[in-house]
Amino acid sequence: MNAQRFVRGLNEVGADDRAVAGGKGAGLGELCRAGIGVPPGYVVTAEAFERALRALDPGGAIRGEVERLPADDAAAIAEVTGRVRARIAGAPFPDEVRDQIAARYRGLGGDRVGVAVRSSATGEDEAAASFAGLQDTYLWVRGADALIDHVRKCWASLYNAEAVGYRLRMKIAERDLAMAVVVQRMVEPRCAGVMFTCSPVTGDRSVIAVEGCWGLGSALVSGDVTPDSFVISKVTGEIVRRQVAAKLRMHRAGPGGTGVAVADVPASLQRAACLRDADLAALARLGGQVEDHYGTPQDIEWAITDGAALQEGVVVLQSRPETVWSRRRAAPVATPKARAVDHVFEQLGRVNRVAPPPPSQAPTTGPER
Amino acid sequence: MDPASSFPLPSQIEDVPGAENWRSMYPYFTRFQPEDDNRFWFYNAMHFPEPMPAFDVITAEIPYQAIGANTARLFVFPTTLGIEHRIVNGRIYITAIPVTDPAEIERRLGIFQERAGYYYGNWDRLYQGWKTRISALISEIEAVKVPELPEFDDPAAVMESTGVAQNHYVRENYHRCLDLFSRMWNHHTEFLMLGYGAYVVFFEFCKQAFPEISDQTVARMVAGIDVVMYRPDDELRRLARLAVDCGVDDLLPEGCSPDAVLQAMGERGEAGKRWLEGFEEAREPWFHVSTGDGFYHHHRSWNDNLTVPFAALPRYVRMVRDGEPIDRPTEALREERERIVAEYRRLLPGDDERAAFDQMLGLARVVFPYVEDHKFYCEHWFTTRFFGKIREFGELLARWGVLEDAEDVFQLHHTEVDQALADVALAWSAGGTPLGAAHFGPIIAERKRMLEAMKAWSPPPAIGPVPEALNDPAVRMLWGITAETLATWAATAAGDGAEIHGYAASSGVVEGTARVLHSVNDIGQIRDGEILVCPVTAPSWAPVFGKIKAAVSDIGGTMSHAAIVAREYGMPAVVGTGHATKRITTGQRVRVDGDRGVVTILA
Repeated sequence: MNAQRFVRGLNEVGADDRAVAGGKGAGLGELCRAGIGVPPGYVVTAEAFERALRALDPGGAIRGEVERLPADDAAAIAEVTGRVRARIAGAPFPDEVRDQIAARYRGLGGDRVGVAVRSSATGEDEAAASFAGLQDTYLWVRGADALIDHVRKCWASLYNAEAVGYRLRMKIAERDLAMAVVVQRMVEPRCAGVMFTCSPVTGDRSVIAVEGCWGLGSALVSGDVTPDSFVISKVTGEIVRRQVAAKLRMHRAGPGGTGVAVADVPASLQRAACLRDADLAALARLGGQVEDHYGTPQDIEWAITDGAALQEGVVVLQSRPETVWSRRRAAPVATPKARAVDHVFEQLGRVNRVAPPPPSQAPTTGPER
Repeated sequence: MDPASSFPLPSQIEDVPGAENWRSMYPYFTRFQPEDDNRFWFYNAMHFPEPMPAFDVITAEIPYQAIGANTARLFVFPTTLGIEHRIVNGRIYITAIPVTDPAEIERRLGIFQERAGYYYGNWDRLYQGWKTRISALISEIEAVKVPELPEFDDPAAVMESTGVAQNHYVRENYHRCLDLFSRMWNHHTEFLMLGYGAYVVFFEFCKQAFPEISDQTVARMVAGIDVVMYRPDDELRRLARLAVDCGVDDLLPEGCSPDAVLQAMGERGEAGKRWLEGFEEAREPWFHVSTGDGFYHHHRSWNDNLTVPFAALPRYVRMVRDGEPIDRPTEALREERERIVAEYRRLLPGDDERAAFDQMLGLARVVFPYVEDHKFYCEHWFTTRFFGKIREFGELLARWGVLEDAEDVFQLHHTEVDQALADVALAWSAGGTPLGAAHFGPIIAERKRMLEAMKAWSPPPAIGPVPEALNDPAVRMLWGITAETLATWAATAAGDGAEIHGYAASSGVVEGTARVLHSVNDIGQIRDGEILVCPVTAPSWAPVFGKIKAAVSDIGGTMSHAAIVAREYGMPAVVGTGHATKRITTGQRVRVDGDRGVVTILA
């Protein structure tokens, strides 16, 4: 009866299900619908959160107390939110919810399969959803008990001090927000990273820009490693630019296969490109598919596992609209003239001053995220 | 790094040891003057990759006269005058002279619009007329007679009272050759700068709309598919198929000699006859293609030296026998080109941009056939015939003892050849002996020694201070000289030992053994799978592209034909490195990265 209430498969939700699955969950569901590979998983719905919150706090006092906080009183916010997080972290877990979460977990691959547990806040305000703990991702979680624990941690993160402070300033009502949680089978990638379906440097819409590192993409995202970077033409498939960096560190599963550990990259791999031409072609195809689906340039987190077939190995972990260039109105490059030759006359009448060459584009520490 | 400080000045260049008297080979107006230290010059390695024999400087003197006149005086380009050249240590340096005063530019623009507008507006018709004129010029140079100077003059001169003796025609016909050469170069440049101008416009538009588009992709959208310069190689493929069809392909094994093959074909009855007919059809005019680019007397045509086409035939024959595809996939290339155009067009932000794109692409495509095809008629067919005629005058001089060897005529400047011929004309007229042997003998011997010594010198890619402006569209497009080029050359000169930077001309990364060649005459040295490193790759090197794994050149720009050929063969190429032939030695293991434009010396 309640089979669908507290959990939903990723392939059972889509863009319209933000209220149920949160922004991240809805986004991943949408990708599934578009036939784009994502690691298999499910969503612990907003309703599960509400259920647990009601069990803990039937009168809704928590929300009320948070809403009454003065927006400018950092100390009060810190104190109250700290208490709220502690209560949630220690709250009894409703049996129904626990059972559904555990059943779906076993469905992903058994009692000890490693999963990623990812915050996915609901709410109309995207920025609020971002603040409300979009960054909270726990990798390599094993066992139903640990899973439940981390789901609770994600729930609690709805009440991070910064997030609450933001909501108070923006006067966003607490009742408009809930926390869904995405649970996905972990990938053990050979390499992972980020791609933009337009150039992040120039806004050029005809290329895809890829950055990658060995192991988990968290190394790149956290700035722990200088990634390899590539630019690929969407039209010809040619690799327009290739910069292989010295990749000294990587992230992978921690001791016992849980959590994330930082490791040194073996010397032989440091200056080797983490992506082969076939990988880049597959990524470019994937990026094109995602962009076509949304109709606007995307900022995509990806991972590649060396599996049976290359197609199976390339997965998307997240896709968001690219915001910098898509929002800009590009200055017109040219307008038609009375005659084609008028373009020549305009160009050849120009003096081409010899400008100093641009500063060299040495790899930096990767994008801020 | 400040590029202005890293190029030597002309006055700082020292003579090559063993060639200190090189100045005697070239006219006074080619020597660097003290004030030339204030101007920027770059080594024209694209056209002149080897030291200049004295006669061959005519391939700079005349073309620059024509190009400058065309740009500065005829079509009156608004921001550029002509090209000046200087010679040092046997190498040719050039500089383009910009117009920077806005009032001047404005004044010139009006005239340019009228004149260039006429050509752009009537291009196809005028180009057809050009083809007729150039064909007539080629017939004329082929028809020039070198007088026999017999003991007794032709009786017809008396009986038909022409009134002119044979020795008169020595001078007149020799000058006719030079005059026709000058006319040819005027024809060569007639459309050229306008063509580059239209291409630059389209190129700049693409780079603005798509800042990360590769140079070669822009060229692909414009370039033709059935380009005349591909035709000689296409004829070889046709001949290979014909040989297999006729069942005479066994006569074309690897390493076969042309004379032996032609003889054997003659002895093969109907089948051999059929192949020989096909062969004759192909060689006129397509074997007039030169092994060079039109600037040296020793770059002979395939017709002059059949070993070159016959070196490529066995491989094509093998491919036909093995059922490998041998024809250039022109239909597929055409479709791919149109797909690329449609895709970039679709990605443009609005209808205005698309309309402008259509206009500029349309014009670039109108002019490109001339840009691609003129070389065959001018630098290949005409030029090899021209040098052939001069060679015949050399034979005349050799018969009269002025030269030991007819080929030595090219060791003399064209004005010195004039003198030598006058010497012979006087000797014939007087019944005496020319005095040239004693005079020219030691001079020629010394010049040959000096040329040898100058071969080893690696000319700096640029000398003098960085220019104020780079306006000449040819400089940008053909030689690839931009502010970035200058910075790259400066960095390479300062140099990190193992890495050499250039322009990514054709994508892919390979490693292999380097073969450094300074002259196209050495292409026989290349082994299968080697990486070619050369001053510049000319389209006539195409037959060797089947053997190599990658190509690296010292100079080259976006209109490099070599880039197109390298792409068709699917091999990486890095051009415009400035110094690769100096930094890499034959036998070294190198990595060529055609994506980044980097060549790395591995061992």
